[in-house]
Amino acid sequence: MHSNYQPFLLRLLGNSRWVGYAVALTVICILIPVLNLAVPEDSALHLSDYTVSLLGKILCYAMVALAMDLVWGYTGILSLGHGIFFALGGYAFGMYLMREAADAGSQLPNFMVFLDWHEYPWYWAGSDSFIFTLLLVVLAPGLLAFIFGWFAFRSRIKGVYFSIITQALTYAFMLLFFRNETGFGGNNGFTDFKTILGIPIATAETRIVLFALSGLALLAMLWMSHRIVESKFGRVLTAIRDAESRVMFSGYNPLHYKLAIWTLSAMMCGVAGALYVPQVGIINPSEMSPANSIEIAIWTAVGGRGTLIGPLIGAGAVTALKSWFTASFPEYWLYFLGGLFIVVTLYMPQGVMGLGKKLLGKKS
Amino acid sequence: MNGQENMTTDDGYVSGSHLLQPGVLDTSHGVVLYLDDVTVSFDGFRALNKLSFSVDVGELRCIIGPNGAGKTTMMDSITGKTRPDSGSLFFGQTLDLTRMSEAEIAQAGIGRKFQKPTVFEQHTVFENLELALKCDKRIWHSLFGKLTGQQRDAIDEIMNTIVLQELANSRAGLLSHGQKQWLEIGMLLAQQPQLLLLDEPVAGMTDHETERTAELLNTLAGKHSIVVVEHDMDFVASIARKVTVLHEGSVLAEGDMATVQSNEQVIEVYLGR
Repeated sequence: MHSNYQPFLLRLLGNSRWVGYAVALTVICILIPVLNLAVPEDSALHLSDYTVSLLGKILCYAMVALAMDLVWGYTGILSLGHGIFFALGGYAFGMYLMREAADAGSQLPNFMVFLDWHEYPWYWAGSDSFIFTLLLVVLAPGLLAFIFGWFAFRSRIKGVYFSIITQALTYAFMLLFFRNETGFGGNNGFTDFKTILGIPIATAETRIVLFALSGLALLAMLWMSHRIVESKFGRVLTAIRDAESRVMFSGYNPLHYKLAIWTLSAMMCGVAGALYVPQVGIINPSEMSPANSIEIAIWTAVGGRGTLIGPLIGAGAVTALKSWFTASFPEYWLYFLGGLFIVVTLYMPQGVMGLGKKLLGKKS
Repeated sequence: MNGQENMTTDDGYVSGSHLLQPGVLDTSHGVVLYLDDVTVSFDGFRALNKLSFSVDVGELRCIIGPNGAGKTTMMDSITGKTRPDSGSLFFGQTLDLTRMSEAEIAQAGIGRKFQKPTVFEQHTVFENLELALKCDKRIWHSLFGKLTGQQRDAIDEIMNTIVLQELANSRAGLLSHGQKQWLEIGMLLAQQPQLLLLDEPVAGMTDHETERTAELLNTLAGKHSIVVVEHDMDFVASIARKVTVLHEGSVLAEGDMATVQSNEQVIEVYLGR
C-alpha cells in the first residue's frame, strides 16, 4: 500500500469516494439552502419549498432503501415489513412533537381529550424529553427487530417464509395502531405539529435545517455502510447470503451476524422515520401498510441490490416518478409499480447500477 | 494452553497426567472421534441404526457403502446438523458433539467438505480462505480485526498447496469444478481442524486431479485425522489404510481394503452388485 506515503489531501482527492462525499455535503448544506432561501423567488434558479420538502422526503426514503440493501442485497434476507421500523421511528418522534403541540388547558393532545383521557398512558412517559425521544427513535425499532429476529433466525426461518412473516408483522402493527384505544391517535395518527425544541416547525428555515440534517444522516449511514460492507463482517454477510451452511461449518454463528445487521437496519429506518415526520407533518398507520414495505423493496431492487449507491438512486427515482404519476394518472400507479418490479426482476437483476455498468462496458 | 499438548500426543493414557479442559480437544487416549450406538430416524426410517465406530488420531479412514447406507446422515450428526435420537458422539474424550452447535463444532476442530463443492462464489479465492481461516469468529473481531502478516502467509501457503495462487484474486464462482473442490479442501485446511470430514472429495474431478487429491490427502494424514466418504473404489484403494463399510445405518465390515473386499456380506450388498 504505497498510498500511505501520499500527502493526506492528495489521498483524499485521489479517492473518488471522498470527492463524492464532499460534493454531496456541499450540495446538501450550502447549495440547496442557498437556492431555497437566498435566491429570489422569481429567479429560474429558485428552489420552491415544495421541491425542498420532496427532496427531504427522498433523503429519508434513501436511508430506508440503504438499510434494506444491507439486509437484502448483502445478507440475502428479504424483508417485506421494513415499513414498521420506519413508522416506529416516526411515531417515537411524533410523540415528542404531539407533547409540544398539546392543548394548553389539558396538557394533552386533542385525540386523548376526545377519548376522555385525563393523563398520558404509561408508555408516553419520557416523551416530553428530547434526548429520551432521540433514544426511543432507535431503541423502539431496534428492540422490536431484535426480538423478532431472535426468534425468526433462531428457528432458521428463511426465504419467502421470512418475508411473509415480516409482512404479517407490519400488518399486525398497522391494525394495532388503527385502534383509538392504543393511544397513538388511531387512523388519524399524529399531525398538527407546532414546534421542535420550541422553534416553529412550519417555517422555511426549520424546513431547510431538517432537510440538511436528513442529508447529513444519510451521508453518515452511507459511510457506516461502506465500512461495514468492506470489513470482514461484510464479507461474512455476503457469504451467509451465498452459502450459509459453509459459513456455519467455518465456525461462524450466522444467528449473531444476521441479528446484528437486521437490528442495525431497523435502527437506520427508525432514524429515517424520525426525520421524515417533522418534514411531512404527519404520521399515521398507513405507513405500516404492506404496500409501503413492498415499495421499499422495489426501491432497492430498481437501484441495484448489493451496491450502496443503487438503492439511493432507486428511492429517488421511484419517488420522483410516483409524485408525477399520482398527480397525472393516480389510478394506474400501483399497476405501474407492479410492472416495474417484474421488469426489473426479470431483465435488470442488478437494477439501474447493473445497467449502468453494462452500458459503460465494465464487467460487473 | 496446556491443552494443546494433549491434542497431539497419542502416547496412551496415564492417569493424572493432564487436566481436563472444557472446550479443548483431548485425544490422550488416541481416539479422535467416537460414535456409540448412534440412531437417527426420519419419520420412522432409521437412517442410522445403532452405529458404532471410532477413528484414531492421525488416521485416514474411508467410509463406503451403497446409497442410503447413512453416510451423509453420519456426517450430519457429527457436524451438528442433525441431532441423533439416541447414542453418544464424542470428539476426543471430552467434547460431546450432541450438545454443540454447528459453529461450535467447527471451532472445536472438525472441518467438513460437502458433496457438492460449496465455496463462496462471489468472493475471491483469497477471501474464501480468509473467511475460513482459524481466528476469532465473533462479530466484533470481524468488524474491526485486520489480517496479520502471519495469517497472510498462512493463506499464501494454503494457496500453494491447492495450486490456486495464480487465481488468488479471481472470483471463486469462475473456478472449474475440480478447482472448487480444491478450494474447499483449502478452506478446511485454513480452519486448522483436527478432524477433516470429506464427502466425495473427487466427485467430478479428472483422473489427473483425482491423483493429485489422493497425494494431497496422503500427505495430510498423520497431521490431521481424516474421514473420507467416497464411491470411487480406485481412489479409496489408493488412499485407504482402513475401510469401514456402512449398510442400512450400521457397520457391516471394517478392516483393510483386501479384507473388506473379500468379505462375503460386503460383496453381496455392495461390491458384487
